Amino acid sequence: MLLKKGAEANIYLEPFAKVLHRAGEGKVVVKERIAKKYRIPALDQILREARTALEAKLLSDAKRAGVPTPIVYEVDRIGMRIVMEFIEGRQVKLVLDKLGKGERRKLCQTIGRQIARLHRAGMVHGDLTTSNMIVNSDGKVYFVDFGLGGYDPSTEERGVDLHLLRRALQSIHFRIADQAYAAVIAGYREELGKKAEEVIRRAKEIESRGRYVAKEERAWH
Amino acid sequence: MILIRKKSLGVSGNGISSGGHRFGIGDSLMICLGIEGTAHTFGIGIVDSTGRVLANATRTYFPEQGGIHPREAAQFHAAQARAVLDEALKTAQIELGDVDLVAFSQGPGLGPVLRTAATAARALAVWLGVPIIGVNHCVAHIEIGRLTEGARDPVTLYVSGGNTQVIAFDAGRYRVFGETIDIPIGNCLDAFAREVGIPHPGGPAVERLAREGRNYIPLPYVVKGMDLSFSGLMTEAVRRYREGADIKDLCYSLQETAFAALVEVTERAVAHTEKREVMLTGGVAANNRLREMLKQMAEEHRAKFFVPPKEFCGDQGAMIAWNGILAYRSGYRQSLRETEVRQRWRTDEVEVTWRRS
Repeated sequence: MLLKKGAEANIYLEPFAKVLHRAGEGKVVVKERIAKKYRIPALDQILREARTALEAKLLSDAKRAGVPTPIVYEVDRIGMRIVMEFIEGRQVKLVLDKLGKGERRKLCQTIGRQIARLHRAGMVHGDLTTSNMIVNSDGKVYFVDFGLGGYDPSTEERGVDLHLLRRALQSIHFRIADQAYAAVIAGYREELGKKAEEVIRRAKEIESRGRYVAKEERAWH
Repeated sequence: MILIRKKSLGVSGNGISSGGHRFGIGDSLMICLGIEGTAHTFGIGIVDSTGRVLANATRTYFPEQGGIHPREAAQFHAAQARAVLDEALKTAQIELGDVDLVAFSQGPGLGPVLRTAATAARALAVWLGVPIIGVNHCVAHIEIGRLTEGARDPVTLYVSGGNTQVIAFDAGRYRVFGETIDIPIGNCLDAFAREVGIPHPGGPAVERLAREGRNYIPLPYVVKGMDLSFSGLMTEAVRRYREGADIKDLCYSLQETAFAALVEVTERAVAHTEKREVMLTGGVAANNRLREMLKQMAEEHRAKFFVPPKEFCGDQGAMIAWNGILAYRSGYRQSLRETEVRQRWRTDEVEVTWRRS
């Protein structure tokens, strides 16, 4: 069953027994990267294969670093598919605006702590939006869609992660964006300690760099 | 305020008519003169409040070598201003006294260039005794596209030498769903061209060469969430050239890589906002390969695809004038004091008083 037709991939919800083994129970999620006709096959193939392999590895490594992610059952580099655990819950995007202030702060702090764990383990997510986080009934927050993530310990990439989340909050949850981001940062600091400051500063710098800042120096030689 | 002048009615210059923009009873026809000056191009457009473009005169500064020099560009604009104004008035077949409103590009852009256009606009407005309105250059690009193409609510990919943004309207603002975090795409193409000895403007030459490229050379493809980065791509392409890679293959690979990233980010915005229209504008919209790719993406999402005519994709004054009319008619007013230029004026900072949804 098609669960979601994304910009990059289709997500299917299938019986475990149908996809993996007939003795299995329950459901699995299949993420299939679709070919894009607008790009040439050579580039399309490179992007899809690299992203499929990388995402599967990141999902596993993130879990090891203490960030809840779906379990990866199978990686198919020909069919460009990842078969993974089905997480029952709701997208943070759908619940964030509806939560009470205290609940929201708690959720955002958890998100911040998890980003910190990911960073400490040398990973970045690359697409931190509230659509890519699923909260279950226990309040456990799963990070999904590592398709644009990577192994990069640089302050710059970590800063980009925070910056992207802030941007996502501002564009989708603009009414509560500032307090939500402040709580994310609080959680991030709590987990990373002093090391957090450099990244938070960089995220701010990236935002100010965003556009039209020192454009003369930067873009016009 | 002087109202309708019969002389200017029914005369359409070289312009276009939209027909779709009628204002309520009691709104009299007004004529706005818009001055554009943010980068290479100085332009004066004359547009009336029904959306008819009466004139759209431009002059573009080409540096003899290297990239744009802000002060030299500003001096060029100042020197051309009078001739551009005369040409615009002549084309529109109006007198300066027929102008009811002066609009200008208040930002974002190069400081000296912005100040030149702003000074011209203030002088004209004060001398004519008409209101003045500062317009955001990026927003004006979208508004002129909506006017000429009849797009209602598009996800816009705005690509030029100075800007690269994916923009969509949401809750009273044009929100930036993705943008370059380093150099704009037009700058990437121009700078690459310059480094490999292709004269300015490099974009069209790169496009021509790319058409004969056959082999894809993998180059850095950088999409960070919704944001893009082109500086590594540019550097790597230049490095490959110095290593002896074929220039046609390189142009082909550079375009394919950069444009795929642009289309991917636009596609994400379309998927996210669920809008059914996609618009391409800015100087790089002239590139046929980019048009083709974006059109294909739009079709896959069953979205309508729009590209304004070349005249309205590049920088020009008509878009400034039209945005001035929209802002003025929505009740927006500015004092002279508030006309100071805003070099870093972000698209999402603009209060879009003329749109509800």
